[in-house]
Amino acid sequence: MEKKYWKGLDELKGDVEFVEKANNEFPEEIPVDEVFSRKSEQPATPRRDFLKFMGFSLATATLASCEAPVRKTIPYLIRPEEIVPGVANWYASTFSDGNDYCSIVVKTREGRPIKIEGNKRSSVTRGGVNARVQASVLSLYDSARLQGPLAGGAPSSWQEVDGKIKEKLQAIAAKNGNIRILSSTIISPSTNKVIADFTSKYPSAKHITYDAVSYSAIIKANQASFGKAVIPSYKFDKAETIVSFAADFLNSWISPVEFANQYVQNRKLRGKKTMSRHIQYESSLSLTGSNADKRIQVKPSEQGIALLNLYNRLAAFAGASTVKDKPVRFIKSIEDTAQLLWKNKGKALVVCGVNDIYSQIIVNAVNKLLDSYGNTIDIENPCCLKQGNDADLAKLMEEIKAGEVSALITYNTNPVYTLPGAEEFKTALQKKVELKISFADRADETAALADFVCPDHHYLEAWNDAEPAKGHYSLAQPAIRPLFKTRAAQESLLKWAGVEMDYHNYIQDYWKANLFNTQSKYTLFETFWTDSLQNGVFDSSMAPAAAKEKETPENKKNKSKNKAHRNSQESGSENIKIDLEAASEGILRNSSDKNGDWELVLYEKAGLGNGSQANNPWLQELPDPVSKVTWDNYVTMSPADMRGKYNLLERGDNTGDVITLTLGNTTVKAPVYPQPGQMPGTIGLALGYGRTKTGKVANNVGVNAFPFVQWRNETFQYTAGNVSIGATADKHEFAATQTHHTMMGRALVKETTLSEYIKDPKAGNEEELFVYTSGKESSKKKSEELNLWDTHEKPVHRWGMVIDLNSCIGCGACVIGCQAENNVPVVGKDEVMRSREMHWIRIDRYYSSDMNAEKGKEEGKGSMQTLREMESPSDNPEVVFQPVMCQHCNHAPCETVCPVLATTHSSEGMNQMIYNRCVGTRYCANNCPYKVRRFNWFKYSDNKQFDYNMNDNLGKMVLNPDVVVRSRGVMEKCSLCVQRIQEGKLNAKKENRKVKDGDIQTACAQSCPTNAIVFGDYNDPASEIGEVAKDERCYHLLGEIDTQPNIYYQTKVRNTPEEKA
Amino acid sequence: MQEASIRVPLIIGNKSYTQLSDDICRPVEGKANKYWWMAFIISFLALLWGVASLSYTVGTGIGSWGLNKTVGWAWDITNFVWWIGIGHAGTLISAILLLFRQRWRMSINRSAEAMTIFAVICAALFPVFHMGRVWLAYWVLPLPNQFGSLWPNFNSPLLWDVFAISTYFSVSLVFWYLGLIPDLATIRDRAARANNKMRNTIYGILSFGWKGSARDWSRFEEVALVLAGLSTPLVLSVHTIVSMDFATSVIPGWHTTIFPPYFVAGAIFSGFAMVLTLMLIARKVLNLEDYINVEHVEAMNKIIILTGSIVGIAYITEFFIAWYSGVEYEAYAFINRATGPYWWAYWSMMTCNVITPQLFWFRGIRRSMVATFIISIFVNIGMWFERFVIIVTSLHRDYLTSSWTMYHPTFIEVGIFIGTLGLFFTCFLIFSRVFPVIALSELKSVLKAIRENGSSNGGHHE
Repeated sequence: MEKKYWKGLDELKGDVEFVEKANNEFPEEIPVDEVFSRKSEQPATPRRDFLKFMGFSLATATLASCEAPVRKTIPYLIRPEEIVPGVANWYASTFSDGNDYCSIVVKTREGRPIKIEGNKRSSVTRGGVNARVQASVLSLYDSARLQGPLAGGAPSSWQEVDGKIKEKLQAIAAKNGNIRILSSTIISPSTNKVIADFTSKYPSAKHITYDAVSYSAIIKANQASFGKAVIPSYKFDKAETIVSFAADFLNSWISPVEFANQYVQNRKLRGKKTMSRHIQYESSLSLTGSNADKRIQVKPSEQGIALLNLYNRLAAFAGASTVKDKPVRFIKSIEDTAQLLWKNKGKALVVCGVNDIYSQIIVNAVNKLLDSYGNTIDIENPCCLKQGNDADLAKLMEEIKAGEVSALITYNTNPVYTLPGAEEFKTALQKKVELKISFADRADETAALADFVCPDHHYLEAWNDAEPAKGHYSLAQPAIRPLFKTRAAQESLLKWAGVEMDYHNYIQDYWKANLFNTQSKYTLFETFWTDSLQNGVFDSSMAPAAAKEKETPENKKNKSKNKAHRNSQESGSENIKIDLEAASEGILRNSSDKNGDWELVLYEKAGLGNGSQANNPWLQELPDPVSKVTWDNYVTMSPADMRGKYNLLERGDNTGDVITLTLGNTTVKAPVYPQPGQMPGTIGLALGYGRTKTGKVANNVGVNAFPFVQWRNETFQYTAGNVSIGATADKHEFAATQTHHTMMGRALVKETTLSEYIKDPKAGNEEELFVYTSGKESSKKKSEELNLWDTHEKPVHRWGMVIDLNSCIGCGACVIGCQAENNVPVVGKDEVMRSREMHWIRIDRYYSSDMNAEKGKEEGKGSMQTLREMESPSDNPEVVFQPVMCQHCNHAPCETVCPVLATTHSSEGMNQMIYNRCVGTRYCANNCPYKVRRFNWFKYSDNKQFDYNMNDNLGKMVLNPDVVVRSRGVMEKCSLCVQRIQEGKLNAKKENRKVKDGDIQTACAQSCPTNAIVFGDYNDPASEIGEVAKDERCYHLLGEIDTQPNIYYQTKVRNTPEEKA
Repeated sequence: MQEASIRVPLIIGNKSYTQLSDDICRPVEGKANKYWWMAFIISFLALLWGVASLSYTVGTGIGSWGLNKTVGWAWDITNFVWWIGIGHAGTLISAILLLFRQRWRMSINRSAEAMTIFAVICAALFPVFHMGRVWLAYWVLPLPNQFGSLWPNFNSPLLWDVFAISTYFSVSLVFWYLGLIPDLATIRDRAARANNKMRNTIYGILSFGWKGSARDWSRFEEVALVLAGLSTPLVLSVHTIVSMDFATSVIPGWHTTIFPPYFVAGAIFSGFAMVLTLMLIARKVLNLEDYINVEHVEAMNKIIILTGSIVGIAYITEFFIAWYSGVEYEAYAFINRATGPYWWAYWSMMTCNVITPQLFWFRGIRRSMVATFIISIFVNIGMWFERFVIIVTSLHRDYLTSSWTMYHPTFIEVGIFIGTLGLFFTCFLIFSRVFPVIALSELKSVLKAIRENGSSNGGHHE
């Protein structure tokens, strides 16, 4: 029987009126008529009520329109198979832009690449990445990128562009006009094959390789010395003595990520008490020079002579014949260096960063005498990262000027910006080259002149492969579908060559044909390919088959020469000697013709490098590792040279003077910045700035230094003599993140020497005891034992980090890693100038000072005078680096002062910032002794005042969805990557196990190319951090104020033989 | 109560009760003169400027100020402490001097208390508006809430400030208003006599039906005494707590146990300077020269010497302790104050606060209205710099030298400060036109004493 429910007793009783009412939607009739009719004098709803309703409706409608802007989230209707919302996918890939190479893994969230990390499986970069590679993910979302091909500067379609280009190319080929492909170094074997295919289709085509910052002198010198036109692989990890002549191998020279990792192997003191000794001869204070145990200031014109002297000293030890040299100022240092090198024969490495064939020949000879070949230098398995040939480029320029080039295809290079004498080149290009095609991703300086711009994919959208060093291969795979209508340059070339094939299959074919047969592990190509793709890398022990087959006449010639050379080596070093004399003469000749007022050194910064990624705001805001200046390049000058003439920017001043720099016909205006360590009489200027057509971020930031590049002896020189400078009345404001440069005698970075350390591992880190008096008893206690506060319980985990100051080279990769992971906003030059940068991790850089407390006392100076003088760094200072982030104090000064409990201590040792609760009193920041807290002075997202990646929808795609974008008025700081910790714990929980050591890495620890940062759980007995924290070198920053941080630092040890404390 | 005959009278000019009432009620009953209007317009413009600056700050963010990652407080908290300090004189005069039965206070206590109220309002603006998210300022109050119930952090000195200042403000306001009641009744009665109905009504309401009966007076005096007793510890506690914002921190130059007494002395010092500045203007503008005369000024100047010297000793003690403690950071903080990039602020402070008040040892200077006015301005400036020195020079160069930086104020911050000056003077000027600026009823008690001794002392004064 059907059940019956009643609405009430009335219904049960069957009350007619009720039933009627219950069936109506509105139980009482709405008196619409009454309201609007004027029939009755007193309507049921009086006028007042009507007005009330009207008012209410109006008010609610208005209120409803005040709603916060609607943001749409679109759920997956059909979920892609490989994507789980909220769970990251990782793809192994390769970064290679003709300058840097890194094997990487790409983190994608919901299909968006959001973070780049190093691939630990790579035997070349060993999991290291640098700032530029980390930041490259933001370049993917650069709104200045072209969204499709351009024909004559106007948007076009691929079909149209292809049609026109093919037609023109065929026309040019028909009249046998020269076609030139100009590119930066291509390390992709498949791409090289594509170019070969292209040239076989168009026989008048030739490929020219040109690097904006060239290393062709090394190639030439090796050709001359050993008959091998290669850059050898260097093994800094095998070297116990490293001598570098102006080679900034930790920052820019050839393969800095690889070298940095090698370099620290012999600098780390874990489980051993030996370390390498590193001597640097250079003019500007480079990142490498600041890490050196000893740094000798030389002028560029003295570099070659220094090398000659070094060679002669070593030759004297070896009993080999000497060459002509000239006395140098610093002969004592050269003698010491020579002795040290000779003592470490076979374990020594001498490198030279001067792009001068003569100097490189001498370096080869020096390394030969030191038995470096086969030990610290591997010339058999050369490095492929820089193959630029300056002579070829010079020839190309002549051809273009002579009107002999009909078509120029530029790929991954920007000669109008990077060439000296670019104006001339530009005119010739415009007038004399019929067809100009560019593969640039934006209408940059060169592409703007092109007839066709066929934008290449960003590397994260593309397939590619790479061979960074002989026998080492890696693959790049797309981590996202192309955002725009771009096309791989390789596919474009193939198309024009008439090969209809997508580049993915092309690479597979290449690998199948050339690499698959060099291994024996896999029998099926498919598994070989999948595994290589998943690993990102493939190391072949055998030479590729293709290379074996290719035996060009040139190769043959080299080979025979090589043989001859080997023979000559066995019978003495006649072959080298002949080269040497010419080299020595060349050096002496060059050194005598440059004796102008000022010598200029061009260098690359850690952020911008050669400027190809200049439009990346993360990189622009990355402080230079040495000067700590952001958003600028400038003339670096020795304070000694500046005194009395230019503003020394002392005591937090940031208004510098502008000078003119003149060399030949080139004059630029640039601000001058005091750089301790700069050789007096020399000045430095960074490359990569002064872009004009790269995007709103970088256009007209700094000045272009490429016009100062000199052409001499078949190579580009990045130094110049005879530069004159002139004063101007202009002023320039610098945006530096650090404006005080010395430690003022404070033990912030604890330091010792190797010999002291061997004697006592606690050297430099002696325990500080405090007198404690209780009643009549007086004792000495450690600061940890003198406590006012209760200890927080940490029953399960206690996270923390140990930072080895011996391994940290100060490169800044961690800063960008953190910025990408934690959605740290870019604030722009003006705000940095106001000391408001938002970086959660910073690298403090301190210079030593000539003055110290003892010296002041000896000289009878008052303590005020002494302190005043301690503010000024030495003219050639020792440099230390110290990464500083939130120290996660167990007794945190910030926690007690927050009135609303917005910053608290977690049961896992972290100091947590609760953005939602923060009202923004900044008391915590004031009370933080480490000054690591960052305040949101403005709204940094969706604000046109801060027109960087967080102000456009494309740029916002880089944001990490696991980390909230902070609002205006709240404090923020390092969270110890709490989102990663949480993820690691959840994963462990899902697998029903405990968190394993190494499961979780903070972004900074992960990014560090030298593994200077060890992250882990102190409570885990098996953890690496637990082990490291027991080391005698560990100390707390500002331990005496007893904040008990969870971050430890390890004393820096310098390998200086003289017992200088 | 009998005054000793050797005492100089506190009111000169042989006033009668009627004259007294006439003189003191005149600004309330009459029309404002042009000086008042000039002063009012200037103050009001300054106030508008402040409102504009403050609106801009709230609209765009604290970034419109010159603060940075190292210096998180500067003009905001400097102004806060300065204004709070100024307020202290009022409470001291009305509470402590009442307990000590210092009758000269009667000519100035009303204005000084009003000054306290307005100064505390100005002061309170800063901790509120220095918040990055000022719209959530109420989170510092221990209100029941739905966040699981989340209370404020009772360890935080900023929270103590919230309690200290709100208590201080309420007690001061009640005390001030209580004192006003008999005088408001006087105005009411005078209005009734002059047939001014509106004034009669308004002041009738404001005077809470005061009848002037013996019971009224007895209760009035009892409550006054109780409130004086309540206020007395506040004179000491409020600035003690304010000083704890700094003293309980770890920042060298802030972390100093001497701060509580030193801040209290400084507060009274600056408060009296401000009372002098105000009174010396008010007596001219409101024609009250007979009531606020050289005796009052001298008495206040004596307090200025005392507190100024305490402050001076505190400065020197800080230096001594910085050296004696052997803490390198603290030693440096103080050397940096005197010789660092902000040396000019430090030496402005030393000159204004330590050297200029010492001039009051000379009787001539102490009794000179012009000299007093100038010195009071100096002390006001000096005490502002004292807070600036403590806050900015300690922060800008603290522990890690890498974070050392400079702080430069912006127009917006300066605008807000000027705005609070505008607010203060606007309030004070309005007060001077609507309430009797001198405690009329209290003063009448002194007048009698003078008149009784008048015959023997009359000769001294014309």
